Amino acid sequence: MELTDEPMAEMACTVNGVPVRTRVPLRQSLVDWLRHGIGLTGSHVGCEHGVCGACHVQVGGRVVRGCLMLAVQVDGEVVETIEGATASGRIRALQEAFFARAALQCGFCTPGMLLQAAELLAANPDPSRTEIREALSGNYCRCTGYHAIVDAVEAAAARLRA
Amino acid sequence: MSPDTSLPENGWIGRPLPRAATRRLIEGRGRYTDDHAAKGELHAAFLRSPFPHAAFRIVDRDAARALPGIRAVLVAEDLAGLCRSWRCESRAFPGLVSPEQGPLARDRAVYQGEPVVLVLADSRAVAEDGLELIGIDWEELPAVTDAAAALEASSPPAHQGLASNLGWRTEFGDGDVEAAFAVAALVVETQLTFTRHTGVPLEARAVLASYDPSAEALEVRLSHQIPHQMQVHLAELLGLPMGRVRVIAGDVGGGFGIKMHVYPDEVAICAASRLVGRPVRYVCDRIEAMMADIHAREHVMRARMAVDAEGRILAFDLDDIQGLGAYSVYPRSSTVEAMSVLRAVGAPYRFDAYRARLRCALQNKVPTGQYRSVGHPIGCATTERLVELAARARGEDPLEFRRRNLVPEAIMPWTNPAGGRMASLSHAACLAEFERLVDLPVLRAEIAAMRAQGRCVGLGLAAVVEYTASGPAAYGLAHVPVAAMDTVVVTLEPTGDLVVRASVAEIGQGIQQGIVQVVADAVGIATSRVTIHTGDTGNAPHGGGAWASRGAAIGGEAAWGAGRKLRAEILAAAAALLQSAPERLNLRDGQVIDATGMPRMALADLAATVFFRGHELPAGLQPQFTATQQYRREEDVFLTTNGFQASLVEVDTDTGLVTALRHWVVGDCGRLINPLLVDEQVRGGVVQGIGEALLEACRYDAGNGQFLTGTLADYLLPMADNAPDITVGHVETPYAGSVLGAKGAGEAGTCGAPAAVLNAVNDALASLGAHVSEMPITPAVILRALGTLEAAP
Amino acid sequence: MKPARFGYARPDTLDGALAILAEQGVEAAILAGGQSLMPMLNLRMARPGLLLDINRIPGLDAIALSGGVLTIGARARHAEVLASPLVREAAPMLVQALAHVAHPAIRNRGTLGGSLALADPAAEMPACITALGATLVVASARGERRIAAETFFLGVYATTLEPDELVLRVEIPAISPGWSHGFHEVARRHGDYAMAGLALALHREGSRVVEARIAFCGVEAATRRQAEVEAVLVAQGAEAACAALAGLDAMAGAEVTAAHRIHLARVLLRRALGQA
Repeated sequence: MELTDEPMAEMACTVNGVPVRTRVPLRQSLVDWLRHGIGLTGSHVGCEHGVCGACHVQVGGRVVRGCLMLAVQVDGEVVETIEGATASGRIRALQEAFFARAALQCGFCTPGMLLQAAELLAANPDPSRTEIREALSGNYCRCTGYHAIVDAVEAAAARLRA
Repeated sequence: MSPDTSLPENGWIGRPLPRAATRRLIEGRGRYTDDHAAKGELHAAFLRSPFPHAAFRIVDRDAARALPGIRAVLVAEDLAGLCRSWRCESRAFPGLVSPEQGPLARDRAVYQGEPVVLVLADSRAVAEDGLELIGIDWEELPAVTDAAAALEASSPPAHQGLASNLGWRTEFGDGDVEAAFAVAALVVETQLTFTRHTGVPLEARAVLASYDPSAEALEVRLSHQIPHQMQVHLAELLGLPMGRVRVIAGDVGGGFGIKMHVYPDEVAICAASRLVGRPVRYVCDRIEAMMADIHAREHVMRARMAVDAEGRILAFDLDDIQGLGAYSVYPRSSTVEAMSVLRAVGAPYRFDAYRARLRCALQNKVPTGQYRSVGHPIGCATTERLVELAARARGEDPLEFRRRNLVPEAIMPWTNPAGGRMASLSHAACLAEFERLVDLPVLRAEIAAMRAQGRCVGLGLAAVVEYTASGPAAYGLAHVPVAAMDTVVVTLEPTGDLVVRASVAEIGQGIQQGIVQVVADAVGIATSRVTIHTGDTGNAPHGGGAWASRGAAIGGEAAWGAGRKLRAEILAAAAALLQSAPERLNLRDGQVIDATGMPRMALADLAATVFFRGHELPAGLQPQFTATQQYRREEDVFLTTNGFQASLVEVDTDTGLVTALRHWVVGDCGRLINPLLVDEQVRGGVVQGIGEALLEACRYDAGNGQFLTGTLADYLLPMADNAPDITVGHVETPYAGSVLGAKGAGEAGTCGAPAAVLNAVNDALASLGAHVSEMPITPAVILRALGTLEAAP
Repeated sequence: MKPARFGYARPDTLDGALAILAEQGVEAAILAGGQSLMPMLNLRMARPGLLLDINRIPGLDAIALSGGVLTIGARARHAEVLASPLVREAAPMLVQALAHVAHPAIRNRGTLGGSLALADPAAEMPACITALGATLVVASARGERRIAAETFFLGVYATTLEPDELVLRVEIPAISPGWSHGFHEVARRHGDYAMAGLALALHREGSRVVEARIAFCGVEAATRRQAEVEAVLVAQGAEAACAALAGLDAMAGAEVTAAHRIHLARVLLRRALGQA
């Protein structure tokens, strides 16, 4: 549905392996478009100023803050959200570890946290607890106090190394 | 056969199972309020007062209305016909001064962020465009910011027309305080400043209100801890029968007390939906959340403790000033926090006399309200600081001082001079487990070694008593309509599965999982066969929701009762069909078994018979396969829990930075329904407390009262690198007054953590002759204490 | 928090971008990493008429080391600079500093040029390139200009960039034998803007400092070479240099006072000199 008067732009990208061709409001953020434009509500909005990490998605294979990119900017890009990462199976070890360790409570931070943890493990398969805490220091969680999250990332890393 | 009220051995209760619902959440399949869409919805934005105190006149709405995509520009008068105003009133606080409030401010704003104009538009962005076109004349009035200054006669009024800024005052206690201080061998005193801060759930408040004019019915998706409470208040404020108000709290992204109140902006959205006859969506953005969510814990506490020559605590004497905010939060009253502070002082200990004087100051700031552990952290920090001062003055081990003064089991139940009833506390057992877990001799040797390397480290202790699971008298006597009971309905499905509908609220703490485990044991079936629904007033029965750590203690009892009722019906039906007797049968793992343990009938077969082949049932047998239990606790206004915490910190005396290195918690919260989930509640609570102690502050400009910490760049939350590893241990003393014996578990972590950190920092600074007496303990606070920086003006 | 409306252009060529800048001037905001601009747009603190997205322009993010000069394209992402073996070899200070910059997701998008053009006094990169003696190469429709880092930063969010100019690259003299680099920071939490930060490059002969290049972040409004302190350090040693920091024009603030910042500057300098 196009809103009266709102400046729009053409945009074509791939989201979770599926080509998308659409028009987006120029000023709409990437995370808002993913959530409300194409219904991928697994990425969340927590602050809209780049501090909390709830909005993490992958663009061009790198984790980015979805609130700090415009939807129009992913034209020509490959985008992956928590839904796509789940479907691909590439974060299954982390997800299982988070589940088993109760490394999530309300779950609102979890998609962003999982994507960031996955990027850490891809670069550093055997991180120390300190390195895990540092890598996740841009993902706000209010429920867990982080200890269980660090345990879960450690456990997933060990399982992936085995 | 075990008696009906005993829990099965090797049952589901007590197992550290992950929370089944998190399978959805780890895949990004959560359904939080803003994840839902409604056909024809409008998007809302609020013009909020940019000033802490101002008169205003709205002079032009036409420019905004003319903007394409704007559908309505609403002010207080537009909603007045649809929505009553409200005023916080509570018989617990006679003389409480809290002016009337409506969904939108009228003529005057009394806190920065107070909603003034509501714009409805085709998108949130366009609604915000519309806000900028509203013509509004502001006349700034003096802002009342500092709580103590607010109470001086010379202070400008926070509300014009009020004679003073005293919102409430009280003085209470028992025992001869003057005599105690007169004979005391030692008097220690402290003044502690606790800075206002707030809960910051990651999912900000959100509401999707859909009023159907054809049915005169309102359906509200709301991120809230107590959907039934909101159902009551929305029905009352909007003049609708409760049966035509449905509140749905689906997945909630954190609450912590922030989401248990009646907020004017949320009420305004519901009224607006009724006005326009369309769904209205509103999501608080983070800037709005920081300024308009309830804040908490703004207190200046002056406290004295009298001690005799043997090191026994004689008395506490307290003078507390609370920075309450512009209104008392509705419906419970912001003063509840202050009373909770005062009741928490001294709670772990035996003493003879107590006096507390409280003054609650109205200010031009957003109202304060319940935030995790409600007031307890302040009472605990005050107590534990005094205890440390006393131990130090006596030259003795602070743990020994505490040990001597803990309420002994022999005198319980005992009501202390503050009016706190201490019953079934396991101080000795907890202390023993705490000492085992922490291994103080080894830890003290490690600390000595670190200090020998020149590191400024400190160890702080805190004894914790938390009042949990409030009973009906807590709000009932106050005539505040808060449900302290819970209802659980358990239904057997034709396939032999169970469906549970419960009045508890899931906000991430895992109560759904706990209830499932309770029902599984109560009936005799695997948890995989049990589905639970909560949060939707359309199908969940009425009850208390999530606050005061009540889910297991109260909801759990209702769940057990309903499950046992259903079990009895099942066994009666099975007995009739098997020509046996119910007392000779049992239910295990979804099978009806006989006294030898032989399976005689699958629950699925029994259910199918009853539902689809009723003609096979004997005459007169009418199985009731839906069972309900409504539970309220008849004794004990609160369930007290007890524990100990320790914090190891390092102070960088050059930079003033404080690092929390390690943390330990041992607690007794009665029976652990699910120890895994309880442990993580404790950890999360501790880190919130560390945030309170070291990082979090709502700051205001001393001159104009402007809110200075309104973004997450300015308001510092603990992130993964600011949180230590936290060791958790338990003692399990089931509460004797209930079947399950569970008490509240979710808030004790927050209760003791700030106290432990404060004591740890002061332990670190002691050798330098310095101390701190405010929170958060920022680098500037440390450097001023060390004399590196000059004292603040 | 949704932005006010803006126009949007995403040229494929540098000339296209420069032409737009020539025409729009201050009405255009350059969108590179967006990690600072997007929050300001969302808060409606920035309201440019046009967003000029330069992410499609080729050749703006190359990292090269040649002839003793490390060249970093203005649009090189912090993550790329942090991971670059060339940067580690030629300007280790940047690697040390980038570990303190924000968080991984921000570093995946944020750019060196963006950080320099923004000139937040608490940001790490301006202090680094100042201490490194770097040169910024900027371009406009009028041609290219070379600006010494030491003269680039004027104050809070203020540089010598003209409204029609775009930073193309930063040229950094590679570290030479006898020199060491250091970056130290005091922050409340990992990745926060610095309460105070120190970028320094030292040339030692034996244990004696014979040359020093010192710049702070989070202390003064305008990032600059601390020439007086450098001279005192060389002439009189560490303690005197720390004492000379009393002359810093430190920013005032309610949460962190000027005296506090100067104190932190002293702590950082003392620690850095003790360490290197």
